[in-house]
Amino acid sequence: MSLKIIVLAKQVPDTRNVGKDAMKADGTVNRAALPAIFNPEDLNALEQALRLKDANPGSTVTILTMGPGRAAEIIREGLYRGADNGYLLTDRAFAGADTLATSYAISMAIRKIDGYDLIVCGRQAIDGDTAQVGPQVAEKLKLPQITYVEEILGVENGKIKAKRRLERGVETVEGPLPMLLTVNGTAPDCRPRNAKFVQKYKHAKTVTEKQEADADYTDLCNSRPYLNLPEWSVADVNADVKACGLSGSPTKVKKIESVIFQAKESKTLTPADDEIESLMKELIANHTIG
Amino acid sequence: MNNLFVYCEIEDGIVADVSLELLTKGRSLANQLGCRLEAIAIGSGLQGIGAQVFPYGVDVLHLFDDARLYPYTSLPHTSILVNLFKEEKPQIALMGATSIGRDLGPRVSSALTSGLTADCTSLEIGSHEEKKENKVYENLLYQIRPAFGGNIVATIVNPECRPQMATVREGVMKKEIYDANYKGQTVQHEVAGYVSNTDFAITVIDRQMEKSKSNIKGAPIIVAGGYGMGSKENFQLLFDLASVIGAEVGASRAAVDAGFAEHERQIGQTGVTVRPKLYIACGISGQIQHIAGMQESSLIIAINNDPNAPINTIADYVITGEAEEVIPKMIKYYKKNTK
Repeated sequence: MSLKIIVLAKQVPDTRNVGKDAMKADGTVNRAALPAIFNPEDLNALEQALRLKDANPGSTVTILTMGPGRAAEIIREGLYRGADNGYLLTDRAFAGADTLATSYAISMAIRKIDGYDLIVCGRQAIDGDTAQVGPQVAEKLKLPQITYVEEILGVENGKIKAKRRLERGVETVEGPLPMLLTVNGTAPDCRPRNAKFVQKYKHAKTVTEKQEADADYTDLCNSRPYLNLPEWSVADVNADVKACGLSGSPTKVKKIESVIFQAKESKTLTPADDEIESLMKELIANHTIG
Repeated sequence: MNNLFVYCEIEDGIVADVSLELLTKGRSLANQLGCRLEAIAIGSGLQGIGAQVFPYGVDVLHLFDDARLYPYTSLPHTSILVNLFKEEKPQIALMGATSIGRDLGPRVSSALTSGLTADCTSLEIGSHEEKKENKVYENLLYQIRPAFGGNIVATIVNPECRPQMATVREGVMKKEIYDANYKGQTVQHEVAGYVSNTDFAITVIDRQMEKSKSNIKGAPIIVAGGYGMGSKENFQLLFDLASVIGAEVGASRAAVDAGFAEHERQIGQTGVTVRPKLYIACGISGQIQHIAGMQESSLIIAINNDPNAPINTIADYVITGEAEEVIPKMIKYYKKNTK
């Protein structure tokens, strides 16, 4: 059967390779020093969606992302890998959203998208590591969920079967469509960009981006509708502005501190035999080992 | 009303360590707040649960016993918590930051429109002032957690919404018996009043749970490797040293991400928190997220070719050199000096 699949993807600062200049002297995060990337587990999710599309001819994959204007890059990255279209949910009123306000906004955008069988997203984003938005979106849409998915085993008779990777084992579960899945980093990596799709979509832009592009670009977009990436505001998705952003967030950040560890006085050794031997003797003598 | 609730995870009739750790923390917070500690057990064949949790100071144990409630699936457990919380109006609800707690917690918090903070490393009680509204809140739960890959620590509060929900990873809190003879009350609930048949949408077809291969949480000595070990083959050196000196092998997130070690060996904020008497860090630079999970080790030896690696600042002994050179020497001189 052909499937309508929505992939939720987030642009995140790359917190995995944080250098010394990532923190400012006042203890706040220097976002400029961190490259913005496609959240890694959302790429695993995209791959699962694309595999389902390959296996079920006629299926479509739609990218939905929420963030500032530059997050349109995430949609293009998705298109380059085989997605069919995408939406950018962007509005100043979304700023300061915690996971609950975020999932509300995303769920309203999904309601606006014309039908879906499956929503797939990464288990968690590396800037927050909360793993909350997936299940909260599912709850807001009253959908069942399968989290920690490592592999979608198949879709048959309106049911989806998936393998979950948990801390201490694996589980195979089955449930009815429509359904929301969150995908683990242990799932296969996403396929690379496809040169043909890069050619086709490299000029795809949102309305805001188009305003900054030059005039002959407008003609190109007008002749090729797939180059227009829809941009949605709070009003476009019929969301209640009070339930969005900071005002829609039950959790408040009271305080933020940079992490400073108590430095110890340490003894420095070289790998020379006598130094290692005397260390081992000391550890044995004071019963730390042995 | 307004008590502190802990959701207990149960596997084969045994309450998970993470839940007992939360009951221990919950008891001390409840004492501070002057409220009761209540535990929730959802599953099948729960007659042995009371004996396991009452010594941790549980005042009320809520049992939901039904064959369909084990193994765990999201929807029925969510419905039970949501409906129970609507009746009981807890001020605080805690659960493990496990694949169950992180599946269940967000769903419950969304249904109740209450705030949830994931992976807290510390929970405290304190007051909070909302300056804009000129309002002071007393006795809020401070949910303290690292953010931004561990580079900052944030204190989160939920001033208005209840329950204040938080998840905590296994090993972060300490498990301690409160009173071996503590007597609490058991409430056996009628499951049908809390779930609907449509909640059983997901079927668990197959389940292969294994006992944990490593026991790094309780190990007195840990040999841990980082990305600087360079390869899975070099990681074998750590196992060699560990087997000789009676240690467990741990790993940093970067080493796990690179495929050098399994996820269950990961030490740090997104892995396990450990407090061994000896921690040997090999090829670990010491990102904050790793240090947070091992800084309470009694003695730390850092082996690193970078003399300026951050881990060196918290180490008792710093060996500046290649781990591939140092580890075989440690094995050699340990063997030479013991019989």
